[in-house]
Amino acid sequence: MVSVGQHENIEILSYSEVEEVSGFVGNFKVRVRKKARYVDEELCTGCGLCQEKCPAKGISSEFEAGMGTRKAIYIPFPQAVPRVPVIDTENCIWFQRGRCGACQKLCPRGAVDFEQEDEIVELEVGTIIVATGFDLFDCSRTTQYGYGRCDNVLDSMQFERLAHASGPTGGRIVLKDGREPEAVAILHCIGSRDENYNRYCSRVCCMYSLKLAHLIKDATKAQVYQFYIDMRAFGKGYEEFYERLQKEGVVFIRGKAAEVVPHDGRLLVKAEDANLGRLVQIPVDMVVLSAGLEPRHDAAEVAHIFGLSRSADGFFLEKHPKLAPVETASDGVFIAGTCQGPKDIPDTVAQAGAAAVVALAMMDKGKVTLEPFIAQVDEERCSGCGECVLACPYKAIELVEGKAQVSETLCKGCGTCVGHCLPKAITLPHFTDEQLVAEMQGALMELEVA
Amino acid sequence: MYEPKIVAYACTYCSYPGADLAGTSRIKYSPNVNIIRVLCSGRVSPELILRTFREGADGVLVLGCHFGDCHFINGNHRTAKRIPVLKGILEFSGIEPERLRLEWVSASEGERFAHLVDEFTETIRQLPSIKQVIR
Repeated sequence: MVSVGQHENIEILSYSEVEEVSGFVGNFKVRVRKKARYVDEELCTGCGLCQEKCPAKGISSEFEAGMGTRKAIYIPFPQAVPRVPVIDTENCIWFQRGRCGACQKLCPRGAVDFEQEDEIVELEVGTIIVATGFDLFDCSRTTQYGYGRCDNVLDSMQFERLAHASGPTGGRIVLKDGREPEAVAILHCIGSRDENYNRYCSRVCCMYSLKLAHLIKDATKAQVYQFYIDMRAFGKGYEEFYERLQKEGVVFIRGKAAEVVPHDGRLLVKAEDANLGRLVQIPVDMVVLSAGLEPRHDAAEVAHIFGLSRSADGFFLEKHPKLAPVETASDGVFIAGTCQGPKDIPDTVAQAGAAAVVALAMMDKGKVTLEPFIAQVDEERCSGCGECVLACPYKAIELVEGKAQVSETLCKGCGTCVGHCLPKAITLPHFTDEQLVAEMQGALMELEVA
Repeated sequence: MYEPKIVAYACTYCSYPGADLAGTSRIKYSPNVNIIRVLCSGRVSPELILRTFREGADGVLVLGCHFGDCHFINGNHRTAKRIPVLKGILEFSGIEPERLRLEWVSASEGERFAHLVDEFTETIRQLPSIKQVIR
């Protein structure tokens, strides 16, 4: 991230949102709202004094997955690029009650500016790569595992913070009362491969569950139980890691856990061991839920802005699963990473590289090849009603002097406008009315069912 | 007993590959259906459907992608709006609206395609030949 931030050809607009994309491949116009963070990026040195002195304490930290706190002015996480804090106006005493301003007074560079307003940036770009990532499955949607109800039932992100050296416990894996756990259960497939939530496999959870088990084995003497449906150790070196974990003494139970209940001050995990063909009940001190990956909550909105389609699971749809995995239905817009579907870091890096190369190659070529299906308007017949403008999914048609005009680069040839045109002024080459009618007549003629 | 003639308009990206999959998976389905490929179900204009009936089709199937799955973002939404209106017109003109059906078939739903075609053929078989309806 740091080297990206320092690269002369890369400009990072953090804390910003794309509001509108217009134009077409090679000539996109992107309107970005740069939200007010109330700190001047140019002046701030990232010293963190404001964060230290801010009196608005005890706000649940998003980065610590709710297990730690932050202030009202904060740098989202330690490795953040750019290293500039943001003010959370909902919790800031200045914004709520009109006094305090400690950060402004104390900032040695005078970078805090309560008057800052959202800024609109207009960008002209040739190609776009969408890499908006995923949302972690919200485990509170499941009720049977006691998440949010019982102590020491954590989702994988919370456990990740707990096990991390910079986390709320400084990397010590402990229960809520400070004791070291004697037994930990890791429950796979929470929110994945489940008809109630998502039917797809989230792909990464098996391996990160193994990693978490390894961390537990490394840091504590706890017994670790993994409850899995199928172990999917698919990548390079992954199977070997799985074997190593088996040698480390992690207990693997084939069967998705059915329930977690409090029992004698501990937690009882109930499951069916499919290999033994019987029900098992295992008392543990801590339960980690391996939450799956989901499309981001605003994926529909993003898809609309960039003209992307989505597959049935809600992730962005690539143009072709094998032959065009980073291209999309919109020319010049590419996708990379988990916004396209769950994938692990190596796959994400590979896909990001592919998207960057395809995008650069397209710009380097300087021209684009078009499909022959482009709607054509017979100006004499066009009544200028504008139905086609409304119908076009690509906003490729506009009315120019009362007549419809099709942008050749934007039109994808779906023919929705043709189906909508009342005076039949629009035709689609290779799918004209005459051609379809001839085909249909032929179909009806040939049909001789015995 | 007559054999109904049915024309299916299938979109290139979902329903046509769906039909293809039914074929490559060797799933049997009614031979009464002939498929015409269009790029998007949004291309199928009301006039084209009416013309198909006039040319002697006993039933018309319009097949598109599931919502959110459309290669052309939302061409199928337009189809979904259009077909119910057209059904009203059909009914008004004395043509049974059951003769026209809009269904969503994805590229992976070969079996569903076959099942759908069979079922639709049976529905049409219960109706008189279009030649007795349009004179």
